[in-house]
Amino acid sequence: MNTHQATFVRASMIEASPAPIQTGGLAYWLRKNLFATPKDTALTIISLLVLAWLVPPAIQWLFIDAAWTGGGRGVCATVAQGGSQPDGWSGACWAFVNAKFDQFLFGRYPIEERWRPALIGILFILFLTPMLIPKVPYKNINAILLLVVLPILSLILLPGGWFGLPFVETPLWGGLMVTLVLSFVGIAVSLPLGILLALGRKSTMPVIKMLCTFFIEVVRGIPLITVLFMASVMLPLFLPQGVTFDKFLRALIGVSFFASAYMAEVVRGGLQAIGKGQYEGADSLGLSYWQKMNLIVLPQALKLVIPGIVNTFIGLFKDTSLVSIIGMFDLLGIVRLNFSDSNWASAVTPISGLIFAGFIFWLFCFGMSRYSGFMERVLDTSHK
Amino acid sequence: MARRILTALVGAAVMGIGAHAASAATLDDVKAKGFVQCGVNTGLAGFAAPDASGNWSGFDVDYCKAIAAAIFADGTKVKYTPTSAKERFPALQSGEVDVLARNTTWTINRDTALGFNFRPVNYYDGQGFMVRKGLNVKSALELSGAAVCVQTGTTTELNLADYFKSNNLQYNPVVFEKLEEVNAAYDAGRCDVYTTDQSGLYSLRLTLSKPDDHMILPEIISKEPLGPAVRQGDDQWYDIVTWVHYSLIQAEEFGVTQANVEEMKKSTNPDVQRFLGVEADSKIGTDLGLTNEWAVNVIKAVGNYGEVFDRNIGAGSPLKIERGLNALWNKGGIQYAPPVR
Repeated sequence: MNTHQATFVRASMIEASPAPIQTGGLAYWLRKNLFATPKDTALTIISLLVLAWLVPPAIQWLFIDAAWTGGGRGVCATVAQGGSQPDGWSGACWAFVNAKFDQFLFGRYPIEERWRPALIGILFILFLTPMLIPKVPYKNINAILLLVVLPILSLILLPGGWFGLPFVETPLWGGLMVTLVLSFVGIAVSLPLGILLALGRKSTMPVIKMLCTFFIEVVRGIPLITVLFMASVMLPLFLPQGVTFDKFLRALIGVSFFASAYMAEVVRGGLQAIGKGQYEGADSLGLSYWQKMNLIVLPQALKLVIPGIVNTFIGLFKDTSLVSIIGMFDLLGIVRLNFSDSNWASAVTPISGLIFAGFIFWLFCFGMSRYSGFMERVLDTSHK
Repeated sequence: MARRILTALVGAAVMGIGAHAASAATLDDVKAKGFVQCGVNTGLAGFAAPDASGNWSGFDVDYCKAIAAAIFADGTKVKYTPTSAKERFPALQSGEVDVLARNTTWTINRDTALGFNFRPVNYYDGQGFMVRKGLNVKSALELSGAAVCVQTGTTTELNLADYFKSNNLQYNPVVFEKLEEVNAAYDAGRCDVYTTDQSGLYSLRLTLSKPDDHMILPEIISKEPLGPAVRQGDDQWYDIVTWVHYSLIQAEEFGVTQANVEEMKKSTNPDVQRFLGVEADSKIGTDLGLTNEWAVNVIKAVGNYGEVFDRNIGAGSPLKIERGLNALWNKGGIQYAPPVR
């Protein structure tokens, strides 16, 4: 007798029912993310309306109506303003950016010598890219190339004055080149100096501790704009006539010290987050102070404060535009300087130039930010 | 604490100025280093602005070139120091620049207390008003209650306050830090009136969306004589800067231009011969510490005053500023040079 003959037991397999329609596809995604509840639906519709209201005119202004080429203000001015565009026209003046692009990159650096900063820029990208990708080997050689060879080469090539290269004084430097040199030096100096200052401030040696605290508090307590202004305006009054310090060098030192003081506090935050057990563990292994810091404490502390470090870098990158108050023209400075060229004066020139400068700054800052996010994931050892 | 340190530093700096002012012979320094260090604006349309290839050009810049040409017979031997409004005076006091050609108004305070010398006025400017035609205003005296766009931290702002106070008029200042902000605010209709120096009104006109809807009121409420400034205590250098300007004026009066200067040397007019240093036994330049050809070199480098004006700010430029007060004395203006004799 077949015991499976009970009426409540199925004799055949049930037909597979179709998958719920809403676990995949665009419709499901839309429903889950945009129209899940009446409130979501209302917000979605409002957002779409706002976008529809903002985006097409922006695209119209930025791209479709924009003046892309031309040799003077005529292409960016209406007939009433003495130009060639129809009355009531408004669009971005990319012709201005186009015509001044070399200046935005190099400032007033002599045209026939511009291959020098261009070469440094290419080498910078060549050395930096493998440094940023964790899988690429030979990090030591790469670091030497980037942090020793490149600065020395820059010191030879950018100012010139030896090996038959004509001397290009720093007042002629400008544009993106100045922004990048200032921020690169600032970043390269501020990280190690900031770590040393943070360690000094946590040190048990009273003199070191006092000096580091004093440096940090004084530098952090004065606005950068004041430091730059004092360095450029007041310093020459104290020096004997004829003795001049290069303005660019003064700005470089000011910016580097400034970033170091901020960096020191960021690193100190990381040091404080490391449990006492880590220090004691290192001590009980018989490690020296520097071994303890290098092998145990700093790797953990720095990893914790990556967002803070990158935040300081981004702040530093944007702070470099303050040098325009001491008569140096960084990217923003040179863009603004060119507004005064009456051959390009028009209603849309300033806004176009500022959008361009803003875009370049955003590009660099966003790049740094994304890279820091990537590093956080790579270094994540999931103690969280 | 920081303030006390600052006070001490400023005090020391002011004493330092006294010491520097005593050091003489700028001309010798300039000849020794081989170029003129010239303080210019950090960007002002028509006066000091970058050209297509990034070189400085403009009305004030041409004065720097002219001074260099007078000394070295080469208008390119100049190095420019762009200075902000705050930086310009310390830069000249400290000797960082040899001459300040930066649309600086000659005032008694700057001439005396700050320790500078001004003499020639290379551009007579004055503060004016621009309004929308729709307001139906014919005079600045009808502007009671108006919203006035003005750049903060300038003498313009102070003149405006003085003018409205002395005429018992009310006004609402709408102030901005940057010039382009003021321009944009006026163009967007955030204020009824725009006030700045007249030369600035001309450059503003280039950037308005509907230039024909605006008019400049007849009132000029301030005198703004602009000219090159030098440190006190060096009369020779002061004379050179002064006479470079007068040579430009004189050249225009004689009809000597950049193009015809070599030809004019053959002129039979004894005044022209004397001016161009071709007179026998001429000491016209050597007494200044220069060569007798100095005026020729200046004109070869930049042309005469009229040419400099036209090229940078006048009819030959987008600004199209009228000569007005800056016409020669015999053409209705007040630009006048003492005799070259």
